[in-house]
Amino acid sequence: MTARRALWLLALIGLLGVAAGLSLAFGARVTGWQDLRNALAGQVDTMGQAAVASRIPRTVLAALAGAALGLAGGVMQGVTRNPLADPGILGVNAGAALAVVIALATVGLDSAGLYILVAIFGAGVAAVTVYTIASLGAGGASPLKLALAGAALSAALASLTTAVVLPRADIAGLVQSWMVGGVGGATADRIAPVLPFLALGLALSLLSARKLNLLALGEDTATSLGEHVWRARAMAALGAVTLCGATTAVCGPIGFVGLVVPHLARLLFGVDYRWILPASALAGAALLLMADVAGRVAARPAELDVGIVTAFIGAPVFIWIVRRRRIAAL
Amino acid sequence: MIALTHIRRRDARRRHIALSLLGALTLGAALLTLSVGQTVTPLPRVIAALTGTAPDFTVSVLRLPRAVLGALAGMCFGMGGVAFQTLLRNPLASPDIIGISAGASAAAVFCIVVLGLSGAAVSLVAVGAGLGVALLIYALSWRDGVAGARLILVGIAVAAMLQSLVAYLLTQAPSWSLQEALRWMTGSLNGARLAQAAPLGTALALFGGALLAIRRDLETLRMGEDMAAGLGVRTGRTRLVTVCAAVGLVAFATAAAGPIAFVAFLSGPIAARLLRRGGSLLIPAALTGAALVLIADFAGQVLLPARYPVRIVTGVLGAPYPVLFIIRDNRTGGSL
Repeated sequence: MTARRALWLLALIGLLGVAAGLSLAFGARVTGWQDLRNALAGQVDTMGQAAVASRIPRTVLAALAGAALGLAGGVMQGVTRNPLADPGILGVNAGAALAVVIALATVGLDSAGLYILVAIFGAGVAAVTVYTIASLGAGGASPLKLALAGAALSAALASLTTAVVLPRADIAGLVQSWMVGGVGGATADRIAPVLPFLALGLALSLLSARKLNLLALGEDTATSLGEHVWRARAMAALGAVTLCGATTAVCGPIGFVGLVVPHLARLLFGVDYRWILPASALAGAALLLMADVAGRVAARPAELDVGIVTAFIGAPVFIWIVRRRRIAAL
Repeated sequence: MIALTHIRRRDARRRHIALSLLGALTLGAALLTLSVGQTVTPLPRVIAALTGTAPDFTVSVLRLPRAVLGALAGMCFGMGGVAFQTLLRNPLASPDIIGISAGASAAAVFCIVVLGLSGAAVSLVAVGAGLGVALLIYALSWRDGVAGARLILVGIAVAAMLQSLVAYLLTQAPSWSLQEALRWMTGSLNGARLAQAAPLGTALALFGGALLAIRRDLETLRMGEDMAAGLGVRTGRTRLVTVCAAVGLVAFATAAAGPIAFVAFLSGPIAARLLRRGGSLLIPAALTGAALVLIADFAGQVLLPARYPVRIVTGVLGAPYPVLFIIRDNRTGGSL
């Protein structure tokens, strides 16, 4: 079993490598192998090499964002024990977006670190709100209630975001393009401030893998096995929220990656979160890279923002999950 | 027997009171829209302007189209929404939640931005697309019959996909068509023209009339498919007419005013709460929708610090309502 899992993990790493290579090679122009190799060695002499060099930050950002969103989705599905949990569907990304837009409109934010903290705060508030709403009433936080609470909150947050932006023509253009969700225009300067937050979120999430395994047995069993259920949930959720908030701060809200990837990981690796979480991170990075490449190739010479591509990949998967389950399980 | 007659009479009285209350509210909101804006026009002058005795530019050119279009769109949204909710026997199955409004929006933006169409052609395509999306959602959620929860979840996913399509199309829009295309996304009565009222009014009369003609069958269908068939309702035909008419109403209203968030969803339950029980909800919901749109638009125009399109107001104010539903755990709820 472990050998098979290790093999799948290697396959995922290989896939990630291929996706990163494609992301470096494809764009408005296709770069040859020679240019690719020389550019990675640091040369920027030809057009092709310059193109590759300019694609490096974007590729790094797509891989980081994909890994963070995939991991966050896996953790959220574990914490809520809900197959439909995803930072986009639960409104967490929308919360981060609103917080950033409010901060931009009122105080103008010039420090990158502050910007990310604000996004994480917004993501956290949205996550807690959605979960609280869905837990109220009989039956606890069922997938239907969570999805509806998320959809309703997202609609309200989107309206509020528009309300904040509308009177401010000066930031409207910036916000409009950021709200679609994309990794284009990445630079090393924009990626660097987010790294510590991603590292923190990664550590918290991976450390909670064992706790998520216990939570999966049910609250009562986990408690009787000596787990502090609420402390475990809080820690895992903090990790996921940090990852979502930091990603949204840089890329804008990107949906559905966190939904799709953990299901794939579960198909390949079974139910153990110590395997699901790392696999989700790897697969998320590969998925976002490939979605970004697809967006660049499909609309050449313009490009399709990656948030749009992931919605088109993710929504059918969502429908597939809904159809596969008996309605009682929803 | 006497008790039953008594209850019936009381319900009928309650219905009359609620209906006149809603009518008065709608009328009041319309008059408010006509008389208050950047400047305040006293009521007698509004009436004089409307009857044509003393023409007033502000009232009849700036404010009248807004009031008329808002009222008509609200009626269409309210009636279309409650028809869906009644047919699917679930208050959450409203066209704005399950993606039908998003389908109409996406098709319209596609026509404007990519094909360069405008006017009536766009509305027709929007209606077609709304119907197509309704069919698609129904087919995708079919598994030994359609369960309400599955249909709603599938609808949420389809809506998300369509909204991202709209977002993409808007980034592609040349600047001259962006304004028109944006209206399909934001939902606003800004730029309302009296010429838009004619097609919307026709749609309301046509589709609303069709719904009213089968309202008894629709009510019977609420008791369940088998029961309705047993009572002599041609269930297939009733469903078909209801879906077509409701999609038509929602799509035409979307064409005129954009997808105004949550109006279709809210009108039915509010009307149901006002009426308590008995009778068709179609007309009360239509009045509620009109009042909602007019009041929200008024709030966005006059009461708030900046001038906001109506959808922003309904979006923010309407969101707590689905939350209330979730808290009440009315997820498979048989009635509204």
